[in-house]
Amino acid sequence: MPKKTDAAAKASTKANMPAFTKEEELHAYKEMLLIRRFEEKAGQMYGMGLIGGFCHLYIGQEAVVTGITMASKKGDASITGYRDHGHMLVVGLDPKAVMAELTGRKGGLSKGKGGSMHMFSEEERFYGGNGIVGAQVSLGTGLAFAAQYRGEDTVSLTYFGDGASNQGQVYESFNMAKLWNLPVVYIIENNKYAMGTSVERSAATTDLSQRGASFDIPGEQVDGMDVRMVRDAAERAITHAREGKGPYILEMLTYRYRGHSMSDPAKYRSKDEVQSMRSERDPIEQVKSRLLENDWATEDELKDIDKDVRAVVSEAADFATNDPEPDPEELYTEITV
Amino acid sequence: MSVEILMPALSPTMEEGNLAKWLVKEGDTVSAGDVIAEIETDKATMEVEAVDEGTIGKIVVEEGAQNVKVNSVIAVLIEEGESADDIKVDTSEPEASEEPKQKDPEESGPSEEEKPSVPAAPVFEAQADSEVPEGTEMVSTTVREALRDAMAEEMRADGDVFVMGEEVAEYQGAYKVTQGLLQEFGAKRVIDTPITEHGFAGLGVGAAFAGLKPIVEFMTFNFAMQAIDQIINSAAKTRYMSGGQMSSPIVFRGPNGPAARVGAQHSQDFSAWYAHIPGLIVVSPYSAADAKGLLKSAIRNPNPVVFLENELLYGQSFDVPKLDDWTVPLGKAKVVREGADVTIVSHSMGMRYATEATEKLVESGVDVELIDLRTLRPLDMPTVVESVKKTGRCVTVEEGWPQGSIGSEIAARLMDEAFDYLDAPVVRVTGKDVPMPYAANLEKLALPSTKEVIEAVNTVTYRQV
Repeated sequence: MPKKTDAAAKASTKANMPAFTKEEELHAYKEMLLIRRFEEKAGQMYGMGLIGGFCHLYIGQEAVVTGITMASKKGDASITGYRDHGHMLVVGLDPKAVMAELTGRKGGLSKGKGGSMHMFSEEERFYGGNGIVGAQVSLGTGLAFAAQYRGEDTVSLTYFGDGASNQGQVYESFNMAKLWNLPVVYIIENNKYAMGTSVERSAATTDLSQRGASFDIPGEQVDGMDVRMVRDAAERAITHAREGKGPYILEMLTYRYRGHSMSDPAKYRSKDEVQSMRSERDPIEQVKSRLLENDWATEDELKDIDKDVRAVVSEAADFATNDPEPDPEELYTEITV
Repeated sequence: MSVEILMPALSPTMEEGNLAKWLVKEGDTVSAGDVIAEIETDKATMEVEAVDEGTIGKIVVEEGAQNVKVNSVIAVLIEEGESADDIKVDTSEPEASEEPKQKDPEESGPSEEEKPSVPAAPVFEAQADSEVPEGTEMVSTTVREALRDAMAEEMRADGDVFVMGEEVAEYQGAYKVTQGLLQEFGAKRVIDTPITEHGFAGLGVGAAFAGLKPIVEFMTFNFAMQAIDQIINSAAKTRYMSGGQMSSPIVFRGPNGPAARVGAQHSQDFSAWYAHIPGLIVVSPYSAADAKGLLKSAIRNPNPVVFLENELLYGQSFDVPKLDDWTVPLGKAKVVREGADVTIVSHSMGMRYATEATEKLVESGVDVELIDLRTLRPLDMPTVVESVKKTGRCVTVEEGWPQGSIGSEIAARLMDEAFDYLDAPVVRVTGKDVPMPYAANLEKLALPSTKEVIEAVNTVTYRQV
C-alpha cells in the first residue's frame, strides 16, 4: 500500500477526489452537525454545572467518525477512548441517553454510573468509552480476535489518538494483530495534541501511519477534515480487514477546536492556528459549501436541517436536565452478575 | 426568542470569575462556535463561545467586571426579527439550582444531614458446598492434572472457551498445566502468545466483551503486573460502568505466590491485591479437588475471575472424586477439620503450613478447626464467623505481606461481626514485610512456617508449652 504523506494527502484532495452523491453529502452533513451541536450544548451544560468531572469534546473531528461509519456495516464493532460522544451518536445511539449519561442521570446509557467517558451498547456493538489511554487498542484487537474465532466477517474499528499511539500496548496489539491477521482497522485520530503536548514534542517520528511498519501493517495518512477522503480510505482499510488480509492503520489528520477537556485553556497553541483550521478546513463547512455549489440544497434547506438538529439536541438537553438521578439502590447493583 | 448567555464554569469547582474582555459588541451577529468573550479565574483564562446564532442584543455584564457568579446572565442573544428593546433581563443573583454544581469535596462536602443514607450492601450468602455422592471413586491426582482436566472438560462442553498465554500450546505449558490441550483442541483454541502480557490480557478482555470465554494463562502472576490495568480497569469495572450491559466472562489464571529460590521479583503473593477489587471473583485453592471444581465453576462464571494457583502445589497429589461434572461453588469456604478450641483460616500454600500445624496441635490436645477459604472474593465470612463464635480464637495464615493482607481483613471483619465472641486478639501469620531474599536461609525466614502457626495458636489460646 502506498504511503501517503501529509502533503500528498492534501494534494490528492484536489485531484482524483472521491465523490459523494447528494444523499451522501446530506447524510454526512446531518451526522456531523448533530455531533457539533450536541458537543456545543454539552460544553454549555458543563459550564452550567450540569455535567461534572471530565468532558472531552469532539468539535472539529466530526468527519473522522462520520466517514468511517459510512464505510462500515451493521455488525462491525467499534471502540474508542474518552472522547467518545461523537462515536456514539454516529452509530445511532439515542442523544437523550448519551446526554443523560453526561449529566449522571437514571436514563443515561449506563444508568448514570459510567459518565462521559464510559458508555457502551451491546446492540450497536459499541464497546466504550474507555478512560485509560491506549487500553482500547488491546481491547479492540480482542474484538477482532472474537470475529475471527467465530468465523464472522465483521471488522473491529479501533479508534485512538496521537497520544495513545505512544503507549506500549498499542505495539503489543499491532504485533498480535498482524501475527494472526486479525480483522481490525486502527484509526489514529491525530488531532496534533496529546492534551498539551504536540506530536512533534512527543513522537520520534511524526508519521503515525507508519507506526505499523515493523509489523508489516499497511498504513496511510488521510485528510481527516474531509469526510469524503475519510470514507474513501476507510473503505479500502475495512475491505482489506474483512477479506482476511489483517490489520490496517489509518492516520486521520484532524484537529480539535476545543481544549483537551473543559478545563484546558489551550495555551500550548496559537489562536491563529485554531482560527485558520476553523475557517479553512472545517469539516462541516466543506460539505455545506459543496451542497450549495452543486445546488443540492438551498441556504434555507440547510437552515431547516440545522433547526431540526437543534431540536434533537434541545430535547436531549431537556431530558438530561430533568431526568432523575439514579436510585440510591443502584450503588450496589451490576458489580458482578 | 432571546437566549440568555450565562457566565460559564471552567471547572466543577469554579463559583465565580472575572469577565476579562468582550470580543463582540451589541448589534454584532454571531454564530455557534464564535468566541465572544474571555473570562478568567485565578487558574486560567478561557474563551466563551456562542452556542447559538443570533445578534448580541444586550451586554449585561461589562468588560472588566470582577467576581461574576457562575450561571448569571452576562449577555442576551436575539434571533432574527426580534428587537433589543424587548429584552428583559433578570439581573438578580442566580438561584441555587436544584442540581447544585459539583463542589470540591474538600471545600464543602455535603453535611451529614444533607447526605442521603448509604443503602445497605447486599448480604453475602454462600451457596451450599458440593457433596460427593457416597461410593464415588476417589482418584489420586496432582493439582497440575486437576487444573488441566478442568480446562479440557469445559473446552469439550463449550466451543467459546479457549486458552491463551505464553508457552501454553507447543511447549505444553511452562509448568505443564496445559499439557495435551493442543493435541486435543488444536491451535485455534490453544494459543501461544508472544511475551506480551499487557497486550494479550487486553485482547482477552476484548474477546470476552464480544462473548467468548477466554482462559488467559500468565506464566506467573508476577508478570500479570504488566497487565493489571486491563484486569482491573477493563475486566472488573466494565459491567458497572456500562450499567450492566457488558460483561467479561474471562479467567486469568497462573501460579501466584513465592516459588523456591527465585528471588524478589518472582516471589510475590497477589491475593490481597486482587481481593481488594469489586467486580472480580478471586479464587485461590489448595487441594486438587478444589482446584478442579473451582476452575470449572470459574470458566462457567460470567464475571472476570482471577484464579491464583501455586507452583509448589502443582505436583502435590490429592484425592479427586471421579465424577462426570465435579464443580465446587465459588465463594464457599471449606471447613477442613471441625474443632472447638481455635479457628485457623488459610488458603492456597498457607494451607500446607496450617495443615501441618493442625496435625501437630491435635496430637498435643488442641482441638483445631481448620478453614480453607478457597475463594477470596467474595469472602465467605459467615463460615469464619460461625467458627469463631464457637472457638473464640482465630489465627490466619498466608504467604502475602502483613499490611493490608487477607488476614488483616479477616481480623477487621471479626471485630465487626464477632467482637463479643473473641477471647483473644486475632493473630496473623504472614510472609515477612520484606522483598523475598534469594539466600536459602533468609528465604526460609521470610516465609511463614508451621512453627509460627503453632506459636500463634499458643498465643491466642494462652497455652504454655
